[in-house]
Amino acid sequence: MMKRDECLKALASHRTDEIVVAVYKAAQEFIQIAPSELNYTFAGAMGQAAPHALGLALGRPDKRVIVLDGDGSLLMNLGSLITIAHAGAKNLVHCVCENGTYETNGSIPIPGAGKFSFAKIARAAGYRAAYEFGELEEWQDALPGILREEGPVFVDLKVEPGTVTYPDNFRLLRSVEAREAFRKALRDQVAV
Amino acid sequence: MARRFASLEAAVAQVEAALRADAIIREIKRAGIRFVAALPDATTSHYLLRGLLRDPDIRVVQVCKEDEGVGICSGLYCAGERSLLLMQETGLLDSLNAVRGTAVENEFPVCMMVGLLGKEPGVKPTESKQYGVRIVEPILDAMGVDHALVEEPDDVMKIVPAVERAYERLQPTALLIGREPR
Repeated sequence: MMKRDECLKALASHRTDEIVVAVYKAAQEFIQIAPSELNYTFAGAMGQAAPHALGLALGRPDKRVIVLDGDGSLLMNLGSLITIAHAGAKNLVHCVCENGTYETNGSIPIPGAGKFSFAKIARAAGYRAAYEFGELEEWQDALPGILREEGPVFVDLKVEPGTVTYPDNFRLLRSVEAREAFRKALRDQVAV
Repeated sequence: MARRFASLEAAVAQVEAALRADAIIREIKRAGIRFVAALPDATTSHYLLRGLLRDPDIRVVQVCKEDEGVGICSGLYCAGERSLLLMQETGLLDSLNAVRGTAVENEFPVCMMVGLLGKEPGVKPTESKQYGVRIVEPILDAMGVDHALVEEPDDVMKIVPAVERAYERLQPTALLIGREPR
């Protein structure tokens, strides 16, 4: 099991110009660990992370899109795995931060916690590759390859809360101004 | 022979009076839309969705559940693309929380085209015998979502202004398809 913030720091250290779509606790932590105009935290409803990421990936095939989904969130729209695979989003890296609970809503366990494999489901849905990481060192070592790999790629990150407290900033997560700044930053990165 | 000619005239008149799928597709493209997220709907599948699937200027993204389309259209907006979510009113009802959280509260111009399953032609949606149809406009009104009925041939001219208004206001809009487009 990895500390979530350490896991996100590892991702941030390998990130260059990728779009990162994040929701819930991963979003709250990632916007503080790795501030960027290309952070996208505007999904607005549970189960919506992957669809937003797919829209970005289809609209900007020249950009790589990394989504930091939640396990409860992904369970709410498990069919989105089929949608993404069918759409053939080659530039999409779909990470799920699997903590086994609805952490934002009282840390109640998700149904079937620990009894099924998201990675196996993603592979069966048609993702080109699917990985599971529970050790930070293995995640760090694999990151450069995963960020270059043709997608859609699925990554199950087995995480638990870290020791640092990151204060919630829902204002920024839902900010229309930040969303429009994201649009402008993305528009300015013209496809080569 | 004269009877056959009369019948042909009647047939032509009927086609001219019908809501045309090709006219809807023309207006969708005139609105600058290049992507359509869709889940097959009994009212629009046979002619409109099939037509869109054949159209080289449109990329159809098939979804497993309609609320995925709300997110896909939102992501496409941020990527600089205009899009449409095509679904049945049952799919709209299933997607209300995504419409609420993403489109209304987070201010995304999600444009929806919604087939009204079983609506009687010529009858107002709010006066339909179908419960699922009757409640659509009151729900959209309660949510503050713009809507327009597309049922007669000339109604296709509502499509471009509705899409433009959605993108100007950064708010969703719903184009309600009141009869099967042919």
